[in-house]
Amino acid sequence: MAVNQTLPRVNPPPENKLPASRKMPFLARLWRDSPLLVMVAPAVIILLLFTYVPLLGTVIAFMDYVPFLGFTGSEWVGWDNFTSLFADSAFWNALWNTAQITFLQIVLFFPVPILLAVLLNTIAMPMAKRFVQSVIYLPHFLSWVIIVALFQQILGGDGVLNRFLITHEMTPLQIMTNPDTFKLLLTTQAVWKDAGWGTIIFLAAIAAINPGLYEAATIDGAGAWQRFWHVTLPGMRPIIVLMLILRLGDALTVGFEQILLQRDAVGPGAAEVLDTFTYFNGVVDGSWGTATAAGLLKGVVSLLLVLAANKLAHRLGEEGVYRR
Amino acid sequence: MNSTRPVWLGRPRPVAVALKALALVLTCAVVIFPFLVVISTSLATKQQIDANGGYVIWPTRISFEAYKQIFNGTQVSRSIVISVGVTAVGTAFSLLCTVLAAYGLSRRQSLFHRGLLSFVLFTLLFAPGMIPVYLMVKQLGMLNTYWSLIIPTAVSAFNIVIVRGFIQAIPRELFDAARMDGAGEWRILRSVVLPNSKAVVAVVGLFIAVGYWNNYFGPLLYLNDTEMWPLQLVMRTFVLDNTVTSNAQAIPGYVAPPAQSVQMALVAIATLPILCVYPFLTKHMSKGMLTGAIKG
Repeated sequence: MAVNQTLPRVNPPPENKLPASRKMPFLARLWRDSPLLVMVAPAVIILLLFTYVPLLGTVIAFMDYVPFLGFTGSEWVGWDNFTSLFADSAFWNALWNTAQITFLQIVLFFPVPILLAVLLNTIAMPMAKRFVQSVIYLPHFLSWVIIVALFQQILGGDGVLNRFLITHEMTPLQIMTNPDTFKLLLTTQAVWKDAGWGTIIFLAAIAAINPGLYEAATIDGAGAWQRFWHVTLPGMRPIIVLMLILRLGDALTVGFEQILLQRDAVGPGAAEVLDTFTYFNGVVDGSWGTATAAGLLKGVVSLLLVLAANKLAHRLGEEGVYRR
Repeated sequence: MNSTRPVWLGRPRPVAVALKALALVLTCAVVIFPFLVVISTSLATKQQIDANGGYVIWPTRISFEAYKQIFNGTQVSRSIVISVGVTAVGTAFSLLCTVLAAYGLSRRQSLFHRGLLSFVLFTLLFAPGMIPVYLMVKQLGMLNTYWSLIIPTAVSAFNIVIVRGFIQAIPRELFDAARMDGAGEWRILRSVVLPNSKAVVAVVGLFIAVGYWNNYFGPLLYLNDTEMWPLQLVMRTFVLDNTVTSNAQAIPGYVAPPAQSVQMALVAIATLPILCVYPFLTKHMSKGMLTGAIKG
């Protein structure tokens, strides 16, 4: 078993630099590399049009944007869009809902893939392991329309569960349309769709743990639980911290399509989040400036959250997203 | 028994094994059950659905009535054609841009290499808001065209990085030999790069295709004309709007709507392409994606 570790590591072959490359005249290099530049061009143009220009276009957060007048004709209004945003109780409602959903998902969703990965890792039969993996990865590839439709068919007012309850003379449950439990429903759907897929990164983390540690722990008399607590978990910790930081960076992004699909069923009071607020204000109602301001605010706060979480991780002695 | 248990590890207690097996079987059941009900009900006869109270877990007799009804209905049939078309054209276009860019950025000594690579990687960090992108699509006159579903999402820096990682792992000697034989960059792309990165191109292509097929918000945002709607949007109106809003249907004694099996059939059809490509995805997925991402 130790043979694998004592094998000399094969060094990557030295990069075969074209020695004259740096000294070639510019035009000669241009001529040599022009096919490569042509190949990159389509991607660069699309990124320019649909990422870079819209990033600059975010300045309409400081404009009273009128589509008819365009970027150049619309009036600059300074922070007015933000002032009216902060005065809007619908915005605060959306922010509060977003925060609640994120909190629920970090508490109830986040640990599930970790536990599933540990469980999967203990399956000793490769065939069974591959089968379970194939099954639990599947929902990740379905659209939210399908996921919500499946939930509707099973748990909806007219779904399998209620049909079952009615035929057995019990009171039907209104799971899909109850605003009070809507956020739990969202979390359940998210777990069903993505918890299995989320195990991939944690399985990779477990696979990277040196098996010698387990061997040593077992010889020292550690049971299964102690090996989990003292070997597996510490081995996974950097990845867990990394994923938590990335999740915090997405704290203000909570299942946009998922919520948009079900917003009408429970009403905006329970279901409005920042993204749906932006969509309905901007695209539906035409308040372009205010909606973009909400979007910009979201982006800036998300960036600050990642930096703060990363700082905290460094304080706690972890590596985080980037090194200090 | 085919097992990878190391020799130093004793056999686990039977209770622990039973608990673990139970947890895994339950997890799989929770995933499989909804699919089973949907597919079974879509294939069951109306009599069996009614007798069972609206759903069927195992159809006694197979009936394709629901599917016939779907393919007769003009809107659903048309939306399926639209979805297939957008997915096919979109995947081809997106894959073309991705592979070209990945090869174009794979040579470290090439002109503008660092600048162009940074230009692409920067988009991993910052995503523009929904409104500015919408206004851009509008500005370019792409509203109410299928291009609005295809072009804005065609290029993803993440996909480029993955394919690029694979291309860089192709042995240098192959490139050198091709160049000795007088091949230009386009010829190298066709004869050296593509044959050696089939697996990653297939996986990335499938991911792109799944994305186009599942796209729901794009058409909602960019297409006003319901005649142009793809399957995901039509499914929303047929399956969700129909029932989410009408809770009163759950009253006792309510007669099962004939639409039940049709709705299920629609969900089954939208899921089918995913189920078809899924075995190929799982085959290469975790290994390919992870190594590609790390090498990038």
